[in-house]
Amino acid sequence: MPGTILDIHVNVGDTVEVNQPVMVLEAMKMESEIVAEQAGTIASINVAKGDMVNPGDLLFSIS
Amino acid sequence: MEILTTAADVLTAGIVALAAEPGRLVMMVIGCVLMYLGIKKEYEPTLLVPMGLGTILVNIPSSGVIGETGPFQILFDMGIETELFPLLLFIGIGAMIDFGPLLSSPFLLIFGAAAQFGIFFVIIVATLLGFDIADAASTGIIAAADGPTSIFVANSLGSKYMGAIMVAAYSYMALVPIIQPIAIKACTTKRERRIHMNYNPRAVSKTSKVLFPVIICIIAGLIAPASLPLVGFLMFGNLLRECGVLDSLSKSAQNELVNLISILLGLCVSVKMEYHDFLQVDTLIVMALGLVGFVMDTVGGVMFAKLLNLFRKEKINPMVGAAGISAFPMSSRVVQRLATEEDPQNFILMQASAANVAGQIASVVAGGLVLGLLM
Repeated sequence: MPGTILDIHVNVGDTVEVNQPVMVLEAMKMESEIVAEQAGTIASINVAKGDMVNPGDLLFSIS
Repeated sequence: MEILTTAADVLTAGIVALAAEPGRLVMMVIGCVLMYLGIKKEYEPTLLVPMGLGTILVNIPSSGVIGETGPFQILFDMGIETELFPLLLFIGIGAMIDFGPLLSSPFLLIFGAAAQFGIFFVIIVATLLGFDIADAASTGIIAAADGPTSIFVANSLGSKYMGAIMVAAYSYMALVPIIQPIAIKACTTKRERRIHMNYNPRAVSKTSKVLFPVIICIIAGLIAPASLPLVGFLMFGNLLRECGVLDSLSKSAQNELVNLISILLGLCVSVKMEYHDFLQVDTLIVMALGLVGFVMDTVGGVMFAKLLNLFRKEKINPMVGAAGISAFPMSSRVVQRLATEEDPQNFILMQASAANVAGQIASVVAGGLVLGLLM
């Protein structure tokens, strides 16, 4: 969904577990946690705090 | 000595009167509960805090805030009897609402209509219970969890349950995060709550956003002319927001106007919280019916979405139907929270918001329809 990235909890190279919060997205004045779909290492973060994002945008990737 | 005795009598008169009418104490406790809910639980504090203190003030024996020259009574006559306060509040609410998600997925408008089922359900049940039609209809509007519309309709129809209706409407609005999840979970399965919905909004032009409030005014006016004060003020607020040249007016409507009216509204509705009006069995029945209606609105929206799913290839998460009530944006947030609870990757906030703003329009139109039928 469209919204603004409020916070990023991880850095490239960090390991994450399934369902671990990675970012906070604000939409319609509501904050939603974006969680990792799978366990792994953060390979890239494609957004920065304050960026507006749209459906289909790649926010981060996990290897 | 005589002067001292008289002075003592005067000073203790209030306590004596209070002891003689324990109902006043009960209402003061209710006032404290309303303030507790507002301050500690943060349920609609802008209304529950002034209403809570107001309830205490009007129930003090021989209170100077009520009576012909009492400031609460003057405010009530000026702002509620004339229906101006709820209408002015609607300008601010209209300025706060972004109809964008609804305009990009217009089919979600039908959920606003479906989730008004509870209103008509309560009107029928209340009539069967022996309420006269004006009180039954005023009670029914509580179901939409729309405070200003409830006040407007109850006052227009001269309902004697105005106090209970206002308390119920605002409390249920505040209790959306507690009541709705229970109702939603009772009529959906885990699998249904996990349904993902694609969000592919089509771009909404500025012209569409500007024309939308005007078109809604005309359509609502033709369907339910009695709803025009509510719809007109709501859409006027939205036009301030969307026209692009009145930003400062839009901001004033969203902040200063809403804040001022909320202060005055919360205080003066307390006029209807006097113990002899409020502590009646009928009041409890009105509040219970309002709760039933609110739950039925939620259930109606969910069941309608389930019905649509029987015919649709791309399924709708039935919780979106529950967001078709008026309590914006609480209801859409509740739906999103439940969706994430079941599946952290499930985002249906935009669809729920669209249904939610549709519910805002639909509850106002439903109020107007009820007024049109009964006046």
